[in-house]
Amino acid sequence: MNYAANPCTIFLNPDLASLRVKLGVLFSGGKDSVFACYRAAERDEIACLITLVSENMDSYMFHTPNISATAWQAVAMGLPLLSWPTHGEKEAELMDLKDAVAAARDRFGIEGVVTGAIESVYQATRVQRIARDLDLWCFNPLWQMNQVDYLRLLLSKGFRVIISGVFAYPFDASWLGAELTEEMILRLAELQKRYQINPSGEGGELETFVLDGPNFQSRIEILKATRSYGNYRGHFVIEEMRLVKK
Amino acid sequence: MILLVDLCFEQESLSRPEFVDPIADALRRAGFSCKVHHFTELKEDEPENYDRVILCGTALRDNAYVGQLEPFSWIKSCKKPILGICAGMQVIGAVFGGRIVPQPVIGMEKIEIVMKSPLLGVPREIEGYHLHDFGVSVPTGFRVLAESREHVCAFQHDRWPVYGVMFHPEVRNRWILERFAKLR
Repeated sequence: MNYAANPCTIFLNPDLASLRVKLGVLFSGGKDSVFACYRAAERDEIACLITLVSENMDSYMFHTPNISATAWQAVAMGLPLLSWPTHGEKEAELMDLKDAVAAARDRFGIEGVVTGAIESVYQATRVQRIARDLDLWCFNPLWQMNQVDYLRLLLSKGFRVIISGVFAYPFDASWLGAELTEEMILRLAELQKRYQINPSGEGGELETFVLDGPNFQSRIEILKATRSYGNYRGHFVIEEMRLVKK
Repeated sequence: MILLVDLCFEQESLSRPEFVDPIADALRRAGFSCKVHHFTELKEDEPENYDRVILCGTALRDNAYVGQLEPFSWIKSCKKPILGICAGMQVIGAVFGGRIVPQPVIGMEKIEIVMKSPLLGVPREIEGYHLHDFGVSVPTGFRVLAESREHVCAFQHDRWPVYGVMFHPEVRNRWILERFAKLR
């Protein structure tokens, strides 16, 4: 068989051998983007974190509670952070994301982006299109993971995760600021059966913030925080924190 | 035992958790055992040691497999059921003489099943997740099972249980993987 004559060979990318890609991680400070960063760093180079700071608390794409605290996490992880503002308006925010990724490419030389998408086709599709438009790789290392197994993996790897926001029934104020434990995972799995919530909160039911993990050189200690809650919506806002060397 | 062939640009790439592991997870949760081999490490007669074979997809920019079709020459002589997903369908098509052609689609798309088959069932409309810049022309000896916006979404060999789907059944259509695993 003469495969060399096949016209498909014109599409071959010659740069793939022993590829170690310089990556920018779309970073919200929540467990999914932190874990995606951890996974990506196991084999590729993380050049920067990219955070979209949304003015809209109900953004379709971007996590909002404690978004300014990503600067502390970046220091704790020893990585540069590109922080980019957005009004957080549906679809228009995608242009802001594209601009932010393009800026990361220009400033840090990234060749690809990493997301923490698990099941959200909405998010994954839009980031894939942006990456293609900018001629970048797109990696989703958590894609389609079983959510309960994933939460357990976070614990087994040593990540410390707190609930920084609740946005759906039946989550009450007691969840705010609570740390992810095996007991909490069992409760989330039960709520998945009863109410069809996503245990990892990817449907917008929960938001999280990571205090520590195997890819953190320092852990984050919360010194002061406030809770606000009403009608199954609430925020745990970190007002003062410090880094503690590990 | 089902053989999953990883078509990503290198072994243990960052794409494997996205394009191979979800298929393995879906099959294991449905009660089927499977083993992953990267396409570059597959010996020609090795697929015969398995009950069936799935060629997995790759990232949008990853087309390393296209220039290395020699490791897939076993496809033509393999007696076991084979399913190619996205890049895997392109490989099957190319091995049987089809042409890989530009066909960019990203996201959920309506898919019209146009012919009854053991893999996809009776004609009807479903939705599937696409992630590809290229598709493949239908080689001689294959029939079209499904279409979308004038593109071929699935095909089957006329005589052998060799299938290809351009969309990713591991996303919202895991029933297709289970049907393939149960094919007689």
